[in-house]
Amino acid sequence: MASLISCPHCGTRPKEEFAIRGDATPLRPSSMASDEAWHDYVHLRTNPRGRVREHWQHVAGCRRWLVVERDNLSHAVFSVTDAATEVDR
Amino acid sequence: MRYSALSIFRQAFAGNLGWKPAWREPDPKPHYDVIIVGGGGHGLATAYYLAKEFGLRNVAVIEKGYLGSGNVGRNTTIVRSNYMLPGNEPFYEFSLKLWEGLEQDLNYNVMFSQRGIINLYHNDGQRDQYIRRGNAMMMEGVAAELLDRDTLKKMLPFLNFDHARFPIMGGLLQRRAGTARHDAVAWGFARGADRHGVDLIQNCEVTGIRRENGVVTGVETTKGFIGCNKLALAAAGNSSRVAEMAGLKLPLESHVLQAFVTEGLKPCIDHVITYGAGHFYISQSDKGGLVFGAEIDGYSSYAQRGNLATAEHVMEEGVTMIPGLSRVRVLRSWGGVMDMSMDGSPIIDRTSIDNLYLNCGWCYGGFKATPASGFCFAHLIAKGESHHVARALRLDRFERGFPIDEAGAGTQPNLH
Repeated sequence: MASLISCPHCGTRPKEEFAIRGDATPLRPSSMASDEAWHDYVHLRTNPRGRVREHWQHVAGCRRWLVVERDNLSHAVFSVTDAATEVDR
Repeated sequence: MRYSALSIFRQAFAGNLGWKPAWREPDPKPHYDVIIVGGGGHGLATAYYLAKEFGLRNVAVIEKGYLGSGNVGRNTTIVRSNYMLPGNEPFYEFSLKLWEGLEQDLNYNVMFSQRGIINLYHNDGQRDQYIRRGNAMMMEGVAAELLDRDTLKKMLPFLNFDHARFPIMGGLLQRRAGTARHDAVAWGFARGADRHGVDLIQNCEVTGIRRENGVVTGVETTKGFIGCNKLALAAAGNSSRVAEMAGLKLPLESHVLQAFVTEGLKPCIDHVITYGAGHFYISQSDKGGLVFGAEIDGYSSYAQRGNLATAEHVMEEGVTMIPGLSRVRVLRSWGGVMDMSMDGSPIIDRTSIDNLYLNCGWCYGGFKATPASGFCFAHLIAKGESHHVARALRLDRFERGFPIDEAGAGTQPNLH
């Protein structure tokens, strides 16, 4: 794992400043969605090997939620963006 | 060849020329009754019990590397059954009972040593929680003892009892817990399975799962197509990757967990000790090295190596608990890929595909479960129904709302 994360707001910071939530791919279904859709969102993961997108929060910095795109086999980090800019994806 | 004191004696006088390889290295047959994907502890144990207990001998274990190259040779060798929840405790106790007879059963020395595990507590709330856990264990017929500070001081004088922030007030002891030599466990099960006719096929990676009319007909591998009546997955950290070949999406995320060993020392730590103010655990191997570890690194990973910051954190926890550790030099560290499930508990179950069976989600507690996991998975494969101690370890428990969450961390795989 790369030891440094380039926060778009705070610059390059040690990764210990960040809390990791997990896979950023599942999208929250509507409150009226079926139980199956919620089960899929809450529990099931594709758990890919290679390129992943994850939600990280800069808890010891700007406290913004970020999307970190990285490789979970080589541990290289490709990009870090603010999660708010991801809303339309 | 049966191992015994007599066989060692005989071989000594025969120049040790008569030892045979512990297992064959067969080419795959075109078809098997059961194929097990994954030649680690759980896969090999499953094959062993399938052949020995359930009479299925036309079985193959397919392993992409060499036998025991994954987590069975990477863990901190702790065996225990001090769980709290009713879905878990009978299963792990069944496992511990299998451990107690394992060496005689396998005719193989796995160096199982019941030296006891002590979970330290540091405040009143934690003590109450350990009393609760001990009571839950006793409800399942498993002995547990609460140790007070004075008893503990006599047993473990080297602990940092008067730490300003995390003073040690006592501990929960399970005397029957202990350690085993992890490589020997893999080799013992491999040899046992081979002796019952199971084909162990190494350096053979599964690249696809062939299905016809909704059932599995076999697997594509780097050594060609191999047919089967039933397919069983025991692929640990790579479970999601293998299951995806059959179109399944699992409640798992793969994470890296590190472990460490120091230079060899004279006997100094007689038990397995866990730190209550962190997640640090330590024991001393028979070779003398202190074997220890702590939490997973926290980010999804398929790399069998971790981050230096986590290593530093583990060392800090260790030195906080046992200040004398600061003088010891760490020899090696390594990482393994954990199949972290959504509630921190494992899955031994059927799947939506009739003849495809699943064994995964062991998080970082799979080693102690090796015999019971193999036994219960073999029971499921042979009889089509769950073994009674593994009935709670279902794949659909998440959907039905019956998670088995020992840590109470919720559906966050990196927090279990």
